[in-house]
Amino acid sequence: MAKTMLGVEVLTGGEATAHAMRQIRPDVVPVYPITPQTPIIQTFSRFVADGKVDTVLLQVESEHSAMSAAVGAALAGGRTMTATASQGLALMVEIIYIAAGLRAPIVMAVGNRALSAPINIHGDHSDGMLARDSGAVQIFAENAQEAYDLMVMAPRVAEHPAVLLPVLVGQDGFSVTHSAENVALLRDEEVQDFVGPYEIPYPLLGERPSSQGLFAMPDAYYEIKVRQVQALEAAEQVFADVARAYALRFGRHLGAIDAYRMEDAERAIVLIGSTAGTAKDVVDELRERGEKVGLVVLRLFRPFPHKALADALGGVQRVAVLDRAAAPGSFPPLFADIRAGYSGSAELRSYVYGLGGRDTAPQDIEKVFAELQRPAHGGIRYLGLTGEDQHGES
Amino acid sequence: MASERQTAILRPGGVVLPGDIERPRTGGWRTGVKPSVDLTLCVDCLLCWIHCPDTAVQQKHGVFQGFDYDLCKGCEVCSEVCPTGAIQMVAEATPLDPRGVVLPEGGRRNG
Ligand code: SF4
Ligand code: SF4
Repeated sequence: MAKTMLGVEVLTGGEATAHAMRQIRPDVVPVYPITPQTPIIQTFSRFVADGKVDTVLLQVESEHSAMSAAVGAALAGGRTMTATASQGLALMVEIIYIAAGLRAPIVMAVGNRALSAPINIHGDHSDGMLARDSGAVQIFAENAQEAYDLMVMAPRVAEHPAVLLPVLVGQDGFSVTHSAENVALLRDEEVQDFVGPYEIPYPLLGERPSSQGLFAMPDAYYEIKVRQVQALEAAEQVFADVARAYALRFGRHLGAIDAYRMEDAERAIVLIGSTAGTAKDVVDELRERGEKVGLVVLRLFRPFPHKALADALGGVQRVAVLDRAAAPGSFPPLFADIRAGYSGSAELRSYVYGLGGRDTAPQDIEKVFAELQRPAHGGIRYLGLTGEDQHGES
Repeated sequence: MASERQTAILRPGGVVLPGDIERPRTGGWRTGVKPSVDLTLCVDCLLCWIHCPDTAVQQKHGVFQGFDYDLCKGCEVCSEVCPTGAIQMVAEATPLDPRGVVLPEGGRRNG
């Protein structure tokens, strides 16, 4: 397996993602810059300018236009990718719904960042959660390596005939997009071969031109929509198959769920994204002290891998679900999903953390594990608040 | 019509291919009324033909021929512009001959 690797380079998540895009060689990349996604497209633009990839790079006037151009390009018959974050993703959301409805398999890199206001450029998952019900597949990376690997896997998920939906590959703003770490890149030919040619069943252009985006009356809209919903459900198995194929070929398995030291765990944390790194360290430390704790990290968020999650939780007794986004007026998204689909016996508790890039330290994670030994708190706890607000949480 | 609809909804995103639909049937949008004509009043001015937004009015060599109800959306523009009152809107169920003339057993909504 190692023979397929080009070698290990020190790259940020943004740079690693741009390398994946260069190796995938999309036909069209319409894009508009926004922090913390900019390093992705800045690096990729350099590859285009230097002739390292022959993609048509469309610089448009907004993210709404970028996504609109992406829908046209993908349905015309060209492999299409884009990248965005935060307000840019918010501006794209209208068109992401349309991309999903028209079954345009666009792969999008997202540098997950808080939404305004107050304006803030740092990492959380509020932007991704805004696109939650768009019908797109949504995947989150823990680190730069995963951001790279998942990006290489994404076209095969998006373009699978049973799926044909946009795929959002998220990486936490700054903690992944801008943090350099060792990343093992594949060879260009290996990526090309793994991804294969872009094929959609009914391209707008070609020998048999098609009409896309037609009006659907009440006698047809419902059926078309339900088929779209079923396509997203089908993406769970497709993602598993692509992950297996990737592992067989390149030796790294990125399943829907990463269960860390869960074998005999009694207490567990479930979360998404880069905080998994911190949480794994804490789990190791507590395990050394004999505490039966574990961690479950979700890579696949849409479609939601309910069964895989329940299997990973196994016989655990208490679970803290950590959301890096709020859902004002109700429970946060990850917790709400787990509560809705989980029929196991574990007691579930809801925490919000890290909004607007608030650092989540090992002590914060330790505190959650400690609280799991005490009676349930009910409601939602806000981890990592300071000063006066801190008292409100306990 | 049902089979056309089935074809479209079976494809991802409701894609339609050449040959799926022989001709569009915007007449399916009509909500209750359709135009009828009294040919004894028609002077072949073709104002209805010019104004119809759906090319539903038929004419041949400058002579009014009737309506294509597969296309007519029942917008009532023709009956508004007809200078002689030859076009009257009637209930959807009213039996008409192929030119749009009310058959004897039919009743006019607008009398
Ligand atoms: S009712 Fe409207 S659509 Fe029908 S024939 Fe008259 S103008 Fe045309
Ligand atoms: S507008 Fe009236 S009179 Fe003129 S052609 Fe049409 S039906 Fe006949």
